[in-house]
Parts: sequence; C-alpha cells; structure tokens
Amino acid sequence: MLKVEGINVYYDAIHAVRQVSLEVDDGEIVTLIGANGAGKSTILRTISGLLRSGTGNIYFMNESIRAMPPHKIVERGLAQVPEGRRIFLRMTVEDNLEMGAYTQKSDGIGGDLERVYTLFPRLKERRKQVAGTLSGGEQQMLAMGRGLMSRPKLLMLDEPSMGLAPILVEQIFSTITEMNREGTTILLVEQNARMALSIAAKAYVLETGHIAMQGDARELAVNEDVKKAYLGG
Amino acid sequence: MLATLLCFNFLGGLYMSFLSHLISGVSLGSIYAIIALGYTMVYGIAKMLNFAHGDVIMVGAYVCFFAVSRYDMPVIPSILLAVAACTALGVFIERLAYKPLRSAPSLAVLITAIGMSYFLQNSAQLLWTSNPKVFSSVVGNGSVKFFDGRLSISYNVIVTVLACIVIMSVLTWFTGRTKMGKAMRACSEDKDAAQLMGINVNATISMTFAIGSALAAVAGVLLCSVYPTLMPTTGSMPGIKAFTAAVFGGIGSIPGALLGGTLLGVIEIFAKAYISTQLSDAIVFLVLIIVLLVKPAGLLGKQVQEKV
Repeated sequence: MLKVEGINVYYDAIHAVRQVSLEVDDGEIVTLIGANGAGKSTILRTISGLLRSGTGNIYFMNESIRAMPPHKIVERGLAQVPEGRRIFLRMTVEDNLEMGAYTQKSDGIGGDLERVYTLFPRLKERRKQVAGTLSGGEQQMLAMGRGLMSRPKLLMLDEPSMGLAPILVEQIFSTITEMNREGTTILLVEQNARMALSIAAKAYVLETGHIAMQGDARELAVNEDVKKAYLGG
Repeated sequence: MLATLLCFNFLGGLYMSFLSHLISGVSLGSIYAIIALGYTMVYGIAKMLNFAHGDVIMVGAYVCFFAVSRYDMPVIPSILLAVAACTALGVFIERLAYKPLRSAPSLAVLITAIGMSYFLQNSAQLLWTSNPKVFSSVVGNGSVKFFDGRLSISYNVIVTVLACIVIMSVLTWFTGRTKMGKAMRACSEDKDAAQLMGINVNATISMTFAIGSALAAVAGVLLCSVYPTLMPTTGSMPGIKAFTAAVFGGIGSIPGALLGGTLLGVIEIFAKAYISTQLSDAIVFLVLIIVLLVKPAGLLGKQVQEKV
C-alpha cells in the first residue's frame, strides 16, 4: 500500500533522514520506533508532502506521491495525526472534526462523525466546546478522530502516547487496534517501543536517520539489542 | 424664563453637534474597518503585512471613477467592475510578489509589500497622471434631516455604515459557518496541520487576498464618495490608518478590525472637532501608542497560545 524507497531529507546542512526505505501492506499495523531525534517525524512529514526528499521515491497505492502537494496526498486516502496533536485550539471539537473531513462532501460526514463519537464518547459530550479547553488525553482523542474523518486507507500516527498518563496510553493503543480492525491500515511512530511492538505486525528501528533493524514486531521485541536500547534492558 | 430657554437651546446645540460628530466618526470608522479587514485577514492567514493594500483602494476608486464618468456606466455595475478589478489585482499581486517568498524571512516580504505599494502608486501616476480627479458620490449628496433639521445625516454616511454592517455580518457568517471560512481559520491557526487535513493552503491564501481586495474596492468607492479628491496617493493615508486600526483592535481578529476601525474614526473626528484639525492624525497615532503600551496584542488581540 505504501512503499518508501531510498529517501534522504536535509534540514539545511543536517542530513536528518538517510536512505530510508520502508513498506506498509494493506491492513497491517507497522511501527517505526527509535530515540528522540532519530528522524521518525521527519519521515512522516516527508510522506505527507510537508517536506521533500531529493532522492528516491514514495508510492501510495502504486502511485508516486513524492512530488504531490500535501492536500492531494490526503485526497488519495493517506492521512496523518501529527506529533503534538496540532488540533485547532480556537475551534470547537466538532469544527475540528469537520476540518478533518475537508476532502469529503459536506453532506456525507454525518456517519463519520457518529463513528468517531462511538470510538470517543468524550468528544461527543464536548462537541460544542473550544478544543483548547480539552485535557491532553481528550486532545489526543480529537486529533485521532480528526485523522479518521478523511476516511483514510492509511493513517499515520506520530507519537500518539506522548505526554499521556499510563491509563490513557492503554486506551489510545486499544483504540488504534480497534481502528485497524475496522479496516484502517496504520503506520505508527512511537517512543513507547514496548507498547508499539505489542500491537504491530512489523517494525522498523530508526537510529540517527537510518534504518538499523527491521522485521517481525514480536521477534524484535525479544531481540537483545532492541531490548537494551529501547525497552529498558 | 428666556434665559432658561436660551440655555436649553445652547445645550441642545452642543448635544446635536456632538451627535453629528459621533455619526461622522462612526461613518469614517466604518471605512477604516472595511479596509482593516483586508489587513487583518491577510495577516491572520499569510502572517504578512500587505502594505500595498491601501493602494488597491486607490485602484478601486479609479476604476469606479472612470466607469462612471468616462464610460457613463450606471453606479452599481461600476462598483461591481471596481470590485472585480481589485479582486483580480489582489490575487495577481499575491501570486506574483508574495507567493515566491512564502518561506522567505518576514522582513523580505515586508519590503516587497512596501515596494508593491510604490509600484502601484507610480503606475497609477503614469496611467492617470497625478492631477486630482473629482469623484462624485455614488449615492448623491443628499441627506436625511432629523429634529427639525438640526441634525442631518448624509446618504453617504448611511450607505457607509450599512455597508460596513452587511460586510461584517457576511464575514462573520462566512468564517464561522461555512467550510471554506472554517478552513481559513484553520490555516490561520496552524498551516501544517491544515495541510494535513487536505486543505489547499495556497488556494486559501489566494481566496483571502481576493476577499480583502474586493473589500478594498468597496472602501475606495465609499471613501471617495465622502472625500472626493482622487489621486494616486489617495489610498496611502487611509491604508496606514486602517492598518493602525487593525493593530489597535488586535491584528488577526475580525471583530477587532471593526472595533479598532470605528474607534479610530470616532477619535479622529472628535480630535478634529474639539482639539485641532492639524493635530488630529498625531492624536490618533498617540492613542494607538498608548493602547499598545497597555495591551500589546491590541484590544481584542489573541495572546499567543501556549501548547498544552
């Protein structure tokens, strides 16, 4: 479904992503783990078209999206829930969700709203509230719900557990699994490697901009090097 | 008895002149508010100060002037022609001068905008000479009389204030209720996040310039209906004052533009009437400085939001 081939991304003189290739198949949960600053978000931003790779290629559903503007990529069914949630703080919960459905016809989003409200009942209670007044966990729910509103075939989630209490982290991860069961393919970027590896089928380990290891998520979870570096021994 | 009557008459006269100054202040302020909307919306979304905005007003006034006086077109089509011309001009300016600088330092964009302002003024001078044209009011010079003729409100004033109310209501509805309007607010809050929603940010910026410039045309026609001298520099001072009004009310905020514009107009007219005609502009800018010292984000300005 998504195929990234040999991309390189620079921030001025810094070579942030080196020759990265990865693949996500239809229906999978794939995770990209690595330390802070390894280049995980940079890869997602490049796939979404916010950054450009001078080399290589990116294919989504067998179509090259490397030079496509970000809004066209969303139209193709590839959405991202960005790091730090980035919800529209001054707009209401429902307006945020409506923006998520920007690529859809306005009269057809009722069903999608219901689906998001079923996944996150808290959002329904607060739908007229300004998003800036939500708690951190609720904001993450809103960001994920907003991501679903474009009916993505592939949803990329960037650090959805960041800054959340352990109980909320559990809830977010079980929602990700549920979204996947309902048919959305997931590419998950996480620092919480243990949780990410527990729900993913396939994993890539990123170190200072390049892929150091890749393979079956369960096998990587018991790999000694991975355990030492990312799972606290 | 006679003394009391005289006294009432005198106070009544004072009251009437106060009322009439207030009304002209609100009317001038409405024009500032309409111009300020262009500054504030463009700033909110493109995060740039379009100093050429004032000169778009002048172009709008010229288009309307020539349509009416040289081509004998009726008033309404002339205004629509001015609106169409300014909309196209605004979009063209953005595409040509600002879009290539989207990721350039803000100083470069600012200087480009100032350059664009001079470019428009000088082009107007070349095309239409610097001889002032006498603009005739699009609604005629009549007025409505109240209190046995002691208070008269001109058609200009009535039309200006009405236009401002209509524009404000439509814009409030547009940004609050429509998908396109909400997308504009989303862009003004977080451009990257807006792109990830599938919003075409470039198209949204063009749209904002189109709306702002269309309003500039309306403001140009209203302005020249009240102050009939039309020259290539006509838009410059009202442009700067409207920019002041936008900052005064809180740049980026639509209600702020209305509040800032109206207050600025009223202060200016009162300063002219009760203090000094020569000093009125100085007083206007003094008030701005004081307000900004106390409230740096303007009256209704949004403080920069902290990430939760």
